[in-house]
Amino acid sequence: MPGSEWMIVKNVMGIVSLQGSNKEIQELAMHRPLGLIPFGGRYRLIDFTLSSMVNSGIGHVGIMLPDKARSILDHLRSGKDWDLARRHDGLFYLPSVKTENSAREGDLKNFYYNIDFVKYSNQEYVLLASGNIVYNIDFSNVLRFHQNTGADITAVYNVETSEQQGESIVMETAENGLVKDIAQKEIVYEDTKVSMGIYLMSKKLFVGIVRCAYEHGGSDFLLDAIIRQAGNYSIYGYEHRGYVARITSTASYYKANMEMLRPEIWQGLFMGGAPIYTKTKDEVPVQYKDTALVTNSLVANGCIVRGEVENSILFRGVRIGRGAKIRNCIIMQKCDLQDNSLVENVICDKNVIITKDKWLKGAPNYPFIVSKNIVI
Amino acid sequence: MRRTECLAMILAGGQGSRLGALTKKIAKPAVPFGGKYRIIDFPLSNCANSGIDKVGVLTQYRPLELHNYLGTGEAWDLDEKGGGVFILPPYAREKGADWYKGTADAIYQNLNFIESVDPDYILILSGDHIYTMDYSWMLEFHKKNKAEATIGVIEVPWEEAPRFGIMDTGTDGRINAFEEKPAKPQSNLASMGIYIFNRKFLVRYLEEDAKDNMSSHDFGKNIIPEMLADKAKLFSYAFDGYWKDVGTIESLWQANMDLLQDEPPFSLDGVWRIYSSNPSLPPHYLGKTAKVKRSMINDGSMIFGEVENSVLFAGVRIGKGARVKNSVIMPFAVIGENAVVENAIVAQNSEIMDGARVAGSKGAIAVVPEGEVVSAESGNKQVG
Repeated sequence: MPGSEWMIVKNVMGIVSLQGSNKEIQELAMHRPLGLIPFGGRYRLIDFTLSSMVNSGIGHVGIMLPDKARSILDHLRSGKDWDLARRHDGLFYLPSVKTENSAREGDLKNFYYNIDFVKYSNQEYVLLASGNIVYNIDFSNVLRFHQNTGADITAVYNVETSEQQGESIVMETAENGLVKDIAQKEIVYEDTKVSMGIYLMSKKLFVGIVRCAYEHGGSDFLLDAIIRQAGNYSIYGYEHRGYVARITSTASYYKANMEMLRPEIWQGLFMGGAPIYTKTKDEVPVQYKDTALVTNSLVANGCIVRGEVENSILFRGVRIGRGAKIRNCIIMQKCDLQDNSLVENVICDKNVIITKDKWLKGAPNYPFIVSKNIVI
Repeated sequence: MRRTECLAMILAGGQGSRLGALTKKIAKPAVPFGGKYRIIDFPLSNCANSGIDKVGVLTQYRPLELHNYLGTGEAWDLDEKGGGVFILPPYAREKGADWYKGTADAIYQNLNFIESVDPDYILILSGDHIYTMDYSWMLEFHKKNKAEATIGVIEVPWEEAPRFGIMDTGTDGRINAFEEKPAKPQSNLASMGIYIFNRKFLVRYLEEDAKDNMSSHDFGKNIIPEMLADKAKLFSYAFDGYWKDVGTIESLWQANMDLLQDEPPFSLDGVWRIYSSNPSLPPHYLGKTAKVKRSMINDGSMIFGEVENSVLFAGVRIGKGARVKNSVIMPFAVIGENAVVENAIVAQNSEIMDGARVAGSKGAIAVVPEGEVVSAESGNKQVG
């Protein structure tokens, strides 16, 4: 019956956790949580998770707010741009909690103190996702898998084909998908199944394990509620075969952005019929002037380009002056790179101004980062 | 609730037959413009930016896409409680149904709507001009003159004056005479199709006009001349910014080209931003073989060929080796490899296949209608 699948997914609520570690990406995550880092010319990382949820039919989403929440509220507002400003359900903000016992940091405490939001929702399932991974996935397939396997918990993973640095949850599965081992590692070797930070379970189980883990002294949801308790549940792994990029470090951020310049990845991620939503801005289409020369680049609306740009990503409202040469760069919103500036292997955070005739160069494997609002 | 001082009514029912193939499936105000916008975005954004938050949009010809586009008026920030955009198509009454017989009749048939809003002034706008204008200044001018009607005017080149409604005014702006498309114009002040009327004054004339079976129920032909014959206080409000009637293929093409100047004649962003609905598409991609200059390109496009002096809408594909020059390529059109498009308007969802050629010339812009496929064999496409 058409439509029945939609109804089933309507039975899932989403929770997005924004509490990833940002120690490897400090310059860009100084003023914002990982999930709010600008990506791909006009997005924030969290847009990929939220859009996948909405496109899959999930219409009730809670956002776990970390301490630096201003940028989240500014970006998501009512949730309208994601179709989440609804009369019933829709978008909810779950504030972080300061308790006397500040020794216990971590996300588990926030889940625990917001548990009523989950408990009293109308949905039967909870889909938990972290907000710092780039993907476009149909969660209705995950739900079907979950119901077919009869799993307690379904963890979504992809197979990493190359070695990766940075904290990751790695799992081993049997042929039928049953997870035999799940653990946190610092380095991921090639051909490893790596969690995409997405966990699906019944609401009842979620409430139970959060309570149990927190009341027994736990602090980290993944470590204390899932990994340490893995033996008590049947956990199944669901493999996602589409594009995945985990943003955990400056290197992975730079690499993933540059991968957007590959037409097949760009096409697969954005043009496959399930759009990625973001805050709309009413920017004018890009204006290329007489002296512009741009190749292999992504350029977002609101830009005015008079110079040369190669292998780069220009966010909304960027100005590239006459005679400027921009190569292998990520230039965020409203930056102004003035006439004859020469900028190579650089990440400019928002509102950076590089004045006339200045040269700025990072290394191909170690991009130079210019912080927000700096004038050079 | 806050009272509405001035209600705007946008006449958006015209077929736009002079736009030919471009308005076969959509109404003229819904025709795409400027890489991202539709013509009606201009009066709507002008209203929103001028502080006019109640707007009636009178639709008639092929309204589906236009209605869908307008929605709640959210894109123009007009979806306020109790306010916003009101879509006003003709409707059936006890004694049968009438189409809108003319611009004045369209307003007359919606007098009940006007009464329910209860404004002091009515601003009449049309859905076929590209310009940015602060209507609140015009309203101030109207009030200051204690006018009964004020008509927006702009100087046009003398040779073009016979295409317009032409005003003869005194030095204080008072209108002495008005001629619709005169063969021998007495002045070069053309009506912009923008009127402010005192509501009660207008209603009186509309009711009179409705009784007249000989009338063509048109503001320019009937209502304004009647008012002048009665020596009513009509003033002209001179506007000296960019204003373009895009009622023909050539003028629509030219207005698009005007945006490509190094300093465009008017701004689409800044304090007087033009709003439009924003499709959820990624930034556009310029490939390794792309060569783009003096052009505007919207989100979601993918360019591998050469683009010069052209306006590209969302989701356009330009294949490797293709050459696009002096052209307007509307949403989701595909230009195949090694195809040539010159001096043309290529409408939405059409395809120019590999190696095909579409070339018009200045003065005879080629048009590829919506959804049409042009193959290399079907040869040069002429004005549609």
